[in-house]
Amino acid sequence: MHAARAPGLMERFAALVDALVYTRSRNGKLDLIADYLRTTPDPDRGWALAALTEGLDFPAVKAGTIRGLMHERIDPVLWTLSRDFVGDTAETASLLWPEPPGDRLPPPTVSEAVDLLRGMTRVSVMSDLPRLLDRLDATGRFALIKLATGAMRIGISARLAKVAFAQAFGVPVDEVEEYWHGLEPPYTPLFHWAADGGAPPDTENLPLFRPFMLAHPLEDAELDLTQYAAEWKWDGIRVQLVHAGGETRVYSRSGEDISGSFPEMAAALQFPAVLDGELLVRGSHQGGEEGGAASFNALQQRLGRKSVSKKMLGEYPAFVRLYDVLILDGEDVRGLTWEMRRRRLEEMMPRLPAERFDLSRIVEAQDFASLTALRANARDDAIEGLMLKRRDSPYVAGRRTGLWYKWKRDPLLIDCVLMYAQRGSGKRSSFYSDYTFGCWDGDPDEGAELLPVGKAYFGFSDEELKWLDRHVRNHTVNRFGPVRETDRSLVFEVAFDSVHLSKRHKSGVAMRFPRISRIRSDKPAHEADRISALKALIRD
Amino acid sequence: MIADFSWIRSEPHGIHILPADSWIDPVHPVAHALVTHGHADHARGGHGVTVATPETLAIMKLRYATDEGAQPVSYGESIKLRGGVTATFIPAGHVLGSAQILLEHAGERVVVTGDYKRRPDPTCPPFEVTPCDILVTEATFGLPLFIHPPIAEEIGKLIARLAANPDRCVLVGAYALGKAQRVIAELRAAGHHDPIYLHGAMERMCRLYQEWGIDLGELRLVTDHDRDAMRGSVVICPPSALNDRWSRRLPDPITAMASGWMQVRQRARQRNVELPLVISDHADWHELTRTIEEVNPAESWITHGREEALLRWCELNQRQARALALVGYEDEDD
Repeated sequence: MHAARAPGLMERFAALVDALVYTRSRNGKLDLIADYLRTTPDPDRGWALAALTEGLDFPAVKAGTIRGLMHERIDPVLWTLSRDFVGDTAETASLLWPEPPGDRLPPPTVSEAVDLLRGMTRVSVMSDLPRLLDRLDATGRFALIKLATGAMRIGISARLAKVAFAQAFGVPVDEVEEYWHGLEPPYTPLFHWAADGGAPPDTENLPLFRPFMLAHPLEDAELDLTQYAAEWKWDGIRVQLVHAGGETRVYSRSGEDISGSFPEMAAALQFPAVLDGELLVRGSHQGGEEGGAASFNALQQRLGRKSVSKKMLGEYPAFVRLYDVLILDGEDVRGLTWEMRRRRLEEMMPRLPAERFDLSRIVEAQDFASLTALRANARDDAIEGLMLKRRDSPYVAGRRTGLWYKWKRDPLLIDCVLMYAQRGSGKRSSFYSDYTFGCWDGDPDEGAELLPVGKAYFGFSDEELKWLDRHVRNHTVNRFGPVRETDRSLVFEVAFDSVHLSKRHKSGVAMRFPRISRIRSDKPAHEADRISALKALIRD
Repeated sequence: MIADFSWIRSEPHGIHILPADSWIDPVHPVAHALVTHGHADHARGGHGVTVATPETLAIMKLRYATDEGAQPVSYGESIKLRGGVTATFIPAGHVLGSAQILLEHAGERVVVTGDYKRRPDPTCPPFEVTPCDILVTEATFGLPLFIHPPIAEEIGKLIARLAANPDRCVLVGAYALGKAQRVIAELRAAGHHDPIYLHGAMERMCRLYQEWGIDLGELRLVTDHDRDAMRGSVVICPPSALNDRWSRRLPDPITAMASGWMQVRQRARQRNVELPLVISDHADWHELTRTIEEVNPAESWITHGREEALLRWCELNQRQARALALVGYEDEDD
C-alpha cells in the first residue's frame, strides 16, 4: 500500500493539526507549518493552508450536518452532554464516531478529501461523509471535520499561517498578505511564485483588501504632540473602501467583503483608490450635530444583512469618516508619512460625494494635559476615545510599536449579580466561563427581581476562572441544557464602554463591551446596582 | 424502593449511615468516618474515628502527621458498626489501599465504590464485583467519549518521545498519590530502568509505596542533581508544578501530563501540555457501564462527576438510577 507514504495524505495534515494543537511556542508552530508547506505537493498544501486560515467552505457540510450524523449513531442526549463537555463539535464527533467493522479503506489525500466534500449535496452528505470518516482514525476524523466545517479554531491565526508561508519559502510576508486576498484556494499561483520563483500573481486590477494598520493601547504614557496627531476614535466599524478594475468593495476589519450590506457606500467611490475610515450612520448621537454620527446601535441595524431594503437605506443612511488613504489613482502612498498622506486625503475630499464621506477631524490641543482634559469630556459626546498617530509614520500592516495608539476613555462600572453561566469553548472548554448577570428592577429588600442586563466572558485571569467555575458548580440551582442557573449570590463589578436602550432585552438596556472588572465576593447581592442606575448612564 | 433504604442517605457533604451515625468520605470532620481511599478530597483529617485499610491509614498519617482514632480494616474483613450495620472493605483498584465499602443492614446490601477502575494496576489489587441492592458509583469520566487507551500505548509514547530527544527531559505531571507511582511502575514494566527524577512533593509518597512492597526502581530527587544529569530522563512532578518556575531548572523539558482528561485536546492545551498521556485511575465509560451491568443492582446512585450521562445510560437501559448531589470532591488532577 504505497499510498500510505504519499506526502499529501490526510493523515499527515491531521498530524500537523494535532502537533499545532500541542505546540506552545509561536516559533514552534511556524516551523511545523513551514515544514509542511515545503514538503507537501500542490494542491494538497494549498487546501491545507486554506483550511488552517479558515478559507474553505463546503455548503453541504455544516456543524448541523455533523450533529445530524451523530444523532443517527448515538443517543442525542449523550451527544449533547458530550459536546457540551468537550466544547468542540469536531472533536466530540471524532471521539464518538463508531469504528467501522473490518479493515479500514486507505485514507484519502487532502485534495481527494476536498474533491469529495465539494461533490457532496445536502442529501448525499449523509452517506458520503460517513464513508470518508470511516477511512480515518480519530485524529484524522478530527482534522477532516475541522477542514470540512470551515472553522479550525486551533489557535492558528491567518496572520501566523502567512508568516509561516513567508518563512517556508523566504519571501516577504507583506507581499504574501497582499497577493493572498486576490487568490482562491488552493493558491497555486502563490506557491508557484514563492516556491518555484514564478511571476508574482497579478493583483493590479483587482479590488483587493489591504491589511489594516492597527494601534496599540496607550498605557500610562505621555506623548509629545509635536510628534503625534490626535483624532477622535469614533464608535462605528473600521472599513476599507477599494476601487480597482471598475469595481468597488467595502471590507470590514477582518477583510470580509460587506459591500452587499452597504450598497450606497460601494456606489460612492468611483475612482481608483484604497481608503481607510470609520463606517457610521448619520445622526447626532456621537459628537453632537458637528459629529454627525448616530450611536453604534443604529449602525448595528445595518450590519450582517445580505441585502438591504430602501427603508433601511433611508432610515439608517451610512457614511464613512475617512482616516487615511493607502492607494490613490493607482499610486501606492503607504510608504509616505502620515502627514503627507493626510494632505493627499484632504486634497482628494472634493472628488467624493459629501453625503457619503467626511474627513476625520484632527483634535487640536496645546499639550498632552489639555488633550487629557478633552478626552475626559469625550463621554458626554459618546465618543470612544482618542487615536494618536505618529506624524511621520508610514502605513504598515498590523500593530507596530510606537506608531499608532488608541486611547480609550475610562470604562463605566456597575455592580451586577451573576445569574447564569455557560461553558466556554476553545481554551475555556469545559469551564463555566460565559456569565449572564443582572441588576435589580427595584429595591431588593422589598421583593424586587434581578433582570439580565448583559453577558461577559472575559476580564478575569485563569486563576479567577477556576475559582468562578467552582463557584458555579457549587452554587447551581437549575440546569437548562448547557446553562446553569446559580443561586444569585455573587457580585461582579462589570466594566463597559456605553449603554443603550434595547427592545431585545427584558431589562430594556444593552451594554457595549461588557467585561468582568472585579469579582466582588465581599459584596452581598442585594447591594448590587439597580437597573435605574444603569439607565441613568444612557446617552442615546 | 428508595424508602426501603431509609438507613442510608446521601447528604451534600458525604454519605450518612444513619443507624451507625457514621459517614463515608465526609468532607467535614465527624465523630465516625469510613474512608475509601487516601486522596485528600475523600480522606479529610480530624475525624473522631477513621475506619480504612491499613494502606489508606498510612497515607493519611503521612499527610496529617497523626493516626489518632485510626481503625484499620483489611481487604475482605468485616467490622460491626453501631445500629446493626456491617461494613466490609473490598479492593477498588484505584490507588494503593483504595476500597469499595459494602454496607449490610437488615438483609440489605449497599456498595459504595469510592473511586475505582477496572484496568490492571501493578500498585494495587484489582476491583472486585460485589452483588448488592444499591450501587453508589463514581462517574468522574462518565461520558461516552472517555475510553482510556491501554496504558502500554501511552507509556510507549512517553518512551518514544524520550528516545527522540536525548538532550531534553520529559516532565510528567501526575497526581502525587497513585498516578505517579503507577506511571513509574509501568515504565519499569516496559523495560525503562534508568533513574527517574522526582519533584520534592513526590518523594514521601513514593517512599511509602516502596515500604508497602511496590518496586519503583531507582528514584532521584531533582534538587540533588544538576541539569545535565537529567537529560534524556523522565521527571515526575505534581500537575500544579508543570508550568511553575520550578521547572526552569530542568533541561528544556517536554511537558507531559498523565490524566484521563488528556483525551480532550483543549484540556491538554489549558495545561500547556505538549505530550498528553491518557492515563487514568478512574473507570472510563465502558468500565462504568460494564460495572453496573455486572453488579446488576436494583438501583444505582451516581455521584461526583458527569452524573447526567450515566443517568441517561441507565434510563436507556431500563435501569433504576439517580444522581446524588455531593459537593467538595475534586477530580481535576486525575
